[in-house]
Amino acid sequence: MWDLQFTFEVMPDLLTGLWVTVQATVMGYLIALLLGLAVAMVRRVPIVGSVVHGMMEFIRTTPLVIQLVFVFLLAPSTVSGMTIGVVVLGVHYSAYTAEVYRSGIEGVAKGQWEAARALSLPQSRTWGAIVLPQAIRKVIPALGNYLIAMFKDTPLLFAIGVTELLTQAQRLGAASFRVVEMYTMVGFLFLIVSIPSAILIRRLERRYAAV
Amino acid sequence: MEFLIERLPLYLDGVWVTIQLTIGGSALAFVLAMVFGILGSMTHWLPRAVATVYVEVFRGIAALVLMFWMAYALPLATGFQLDDMFAAIVALGLNIGAYGAEVVRAAINAVPKPQVEATVALNMSWFQRTRLVVLPQAWAQMLPTFGNLIIELMKATAVAYLIGVTDLTAVAQQMRQGTGETIVAFIGAFVLYYLIAQVLIAGMRLLERRANRRLGRTPPAGTGLKGLLKHPAVGGARGGGAL
Repeated sequence: MWDLQFTFEVMPDLLTGLWVTVQATVMGYLIALLLGLAVAMVRRVPIVGSVVHGMMEFIRTTPLVIQLVFVFLLAPSTVSGMTIGVVVLGVHYSAYTAEVYRSGIEGVAKGQWEAARALSLPQSRTWGAIVLPQAIRKVIPALGNYLIAMFKDTPLLFAIGVTELLTQAQRLGAASFRVVEMYTMVGFLFLIVSIPSAILIRRLERRYAAV
Repeated sequence: MEFLIERLPLYLDGVWVTIQLTIGGSALAFVLAMVFGILGSMTHWLPRAVATVYVEVFRGIAALVLMFWMAYALPLATGFQLDDMFAAIVALGLNIGAYGAEVVRAAINAVPKPQVEATVALNMSWFQRTRLVVLPQAWAQMLPTFGNLIIELMKATAVAYLIGVTDLTAVAQQMRQGTGETIVAFIGAFVLYYLIAQVLIAGMRLLERRANRRLGRTPPAGTGLKGLLKHPAVGGARGGGAL
């Protein structure tokens, strides 16, 4: 049956794993936010935009886990699994965030672009002062969804040996033969993080929808 | 190139397993999404609560964690050993089904109110109303997001190799270990995954067009063969912000 004392004993180790998971999520998410924005902007450039779009389409329709393993095998052994995990997660999700930004940019009224042109503002000001502030505001909730989605994809780092939550649970489970407790606790810890974040993002969504 | 052509039969075995996982997972996900989506759209609190619990729990846990639980924890907890493939399908179905349930619920709620009132005026039963009026209209709206979800599910099947299913990813790994050619072995798998996704996208687009035609609407990309090739608007790929 369920060994409660054992569950408490391994809790610190599991929480260490959860902390690695959270770190990987946050760092990967920052990459996805920045790179996604860059991709969305580059996509408006002819030819280069189409090439980048094709690449992103490829990244988006092939599994993340095999991308992780592929890069891990090719990278020199001096690069840590964590670094590879964060970068690949970030690049993979930038393919998604780019689409989100794109829908936001396309949602900016045409007149705004024309007004910027009429005022002969430079590109940098057109984007920085007019287009992006309007575009990004609208897509904040959608971007938030990808933060949760990414958090739920971090167990894939198991495949490249990063000691995140699932890897930690597997290690502890194998050493103690208490697999049921371990994997159930992983699921439970995931829920503890993801349900409140989902509620928070739904709130955000409602607030921004009202604006 | 020669390398890949020589080993194509092995890759195709992997593709077949991946396709089986995708079909099995989507079938289960579809049924779960419909059942819990309809429950979630009801006015009584009890079915709504049941749907919410299902959605929040299975959407909140990663597919890989569910898969590990099904494959390793369940046999020890219940003494009931699942086939690896079956465990993977159940985990994928439960996970994606939770996203799908939200899509179904939102689509049903988006059916215009007067339509429902009309069915009341015509004295239709709940079952008739749902089957003849609400679902056909909601169907056209849920299809684009279902299309995104089926791609997500197909991609998620790749983690099944971690519980010992010899799918396309597992084949790529074997090729690499057998020959040491990391790049070629993986490119082969990447291209095959990409092709499977393109077939799924095309299939979903056909379904969408059919559903819209039956409602007397022109599909968003326009009619004709050219419209079929055109990319439809891409929403949030994870269930249209329904997270």
